[in-house]
Amino acid sequence: MSTSDPAYVGDLVVPREKVSDFPRHSLTVRVTHWITALSFGGLFVSGVAILLSHPRLYWGETGNVATPSLIDLPFPFILANQNGWGRYLHFLSAWIVVLSGVVYVVSGLVTRHFRKNLLPAKADLSWKSFFERSRSEAVPTYNVLQRVTYLAVVFGLFPFVIWTGLAMSPALVSVVPALVTVFGGHQSARTLHFLVAAVLVLFVLVHLAMVCIAGFWRCVRPMITGYAAARKEHA
Amino acid sequence: MKNDVSRRKFITTTLGTAMGASGIAVVARIANRYGLIPPDHSGIFGIGETLTYASQRILTSFHSQAREFDRSQVSEIPIVNGNPPQNETYERLLRGRFSDWRLTIDGLVARPSSFSLADLKSYPTSTQITQLACEEGWSFIGEWTGVALSHVLNSVGVLPQAKYVVYLSLDEEWWDSLDMPEAWHPQTLLTYGMNGRDLTVDHGAPLRLRLPRQLGYKSVKYVHRITFTDNIKKFGSGFGSVSPDLGYSWYAGI
Repeated sequence: MSTSDPAYVGDLVVPREKVSDFPRHSLTVRVTHWITALSFGGLFVSGVAILLSHPRLYWGETGNVATPSLIDLPFPFILANQNGWGRYLHFLSAWIVVLSGVVYVVSGLVTRHFRKNLLPAKADLSWKSFFERSRSEAVPTYNVLQRVTYLAVVFGLFPFVIWTGLAMSPALVSVVPALVTVFGGHQSARTLHFLVAAVLVLFVLVHLAMVCIAGFWRCVRPMITGYAAARKEHA
Repeated sequence: MKNDVSRRKFITTTLGTAMGASGIAVVARIANRYGLIPPDHSGIFGIGETLTYASQRILTSFHSQAREFDRSQVSEIPIVNGNPPQNETYERLLRGRFSDWRLTIDGLVARPSSFSLADLKSYPTSTQITQLACEEGWSFIGEWTGVALSHVLNSVGVLPQAKYVVYLSLDEEWWDSLDMPEAWHPQTLLTYGMNGRDLTVDHGAPLRLRLPRQLGYKSVKYVHRITFTDNIKKFGSGFGSVSPDLGYSWYAGI
């Protein structure tokens, strides 16, 4: 950097990038995003390990090898006696994801993050605007499809996957039987837990694909540093 | 000035760390006092286990009961998991139709005792139609008959310092334990009957401890000894059952 650089002001050296960068993600969003990402990995690996010990899903109250199944998952093998560490890891990850989720949701309400950045404007709620790129060219914001998807994940899929998970707990169900009876039984809750988890995995895959398409570092850097580079006209 | 800032920073960091550490120590001490720390609380997985156990111990009470079902919902085929004990003692007892079998109760009790199957059957009968859910994911509903563990607890006079009930199986490698709230719970049964008949060998004859608020593996079969202790570390690897040794959590209320 030379003294003739426009970003050079007296003896205060400002990196050139910073001048055109602007805040994108808050610290809370970044920290909880990466904690959730890591825990989701733990939940996925351990969830598969648990499922592999009995990859049959049922509907209703009971289900076992002597009863008809609803879905037989086409795993090429079963993994017996590996679900112990799977369970330990599943519940540890679940606790972390729930606690960081609570921090994220509370802070999102307090700082009006949901209202400002995720709730679509009323005018945008048309089928046409659903797939449009964000209107402002200089400041990247979420488009309507992204907003609706993120809100559905945060306030729909996550609560539902937690609920169906808790519905499988014989101890919690003894306190609140309705946790499981609304689904029609223990095995229905297990099947729904699997299906919602599958939708969440699908979301993560599409999310990762979109990040790669939109430019990996362009999307990941703001989620780490908090700052996004402005789209420069002269670049 | 620069020095001042770093000194202030140093003091606040030190104070913060000390307060944080002592805060955790105080919470741990209180949690331990109220029986909110499971025996398998060590290691990275112990954090999740402790959170699950503590929160469920606070939420569940004596009055929260596992769901009971109608007799019409009893599964036609009760699934069998595992094999009967392969040892001479069990085979001898089985040949004698368990007439020589005794349930031994010792440890921190006022009156160490032993009970025959006929003794247990002479006590007030409890019956429950509950779901047995295996940690693998499958489940079935059965009707179990037996005597409430709380009845036996009263008759042997459990001492107040007892913190855990350890139960041992004739299947020598198998044992487990319960905390006192679970032991006193009205649905915790010493069962000798299932689906209207005597317990079969496959399902744990002559005696299976049944507790429907936890997963199936806590309902240990072939129980022949129950001992009360204030120090669970003395048993096995100190994790409260053989399950953590095999990778499964001690508390199975999930």
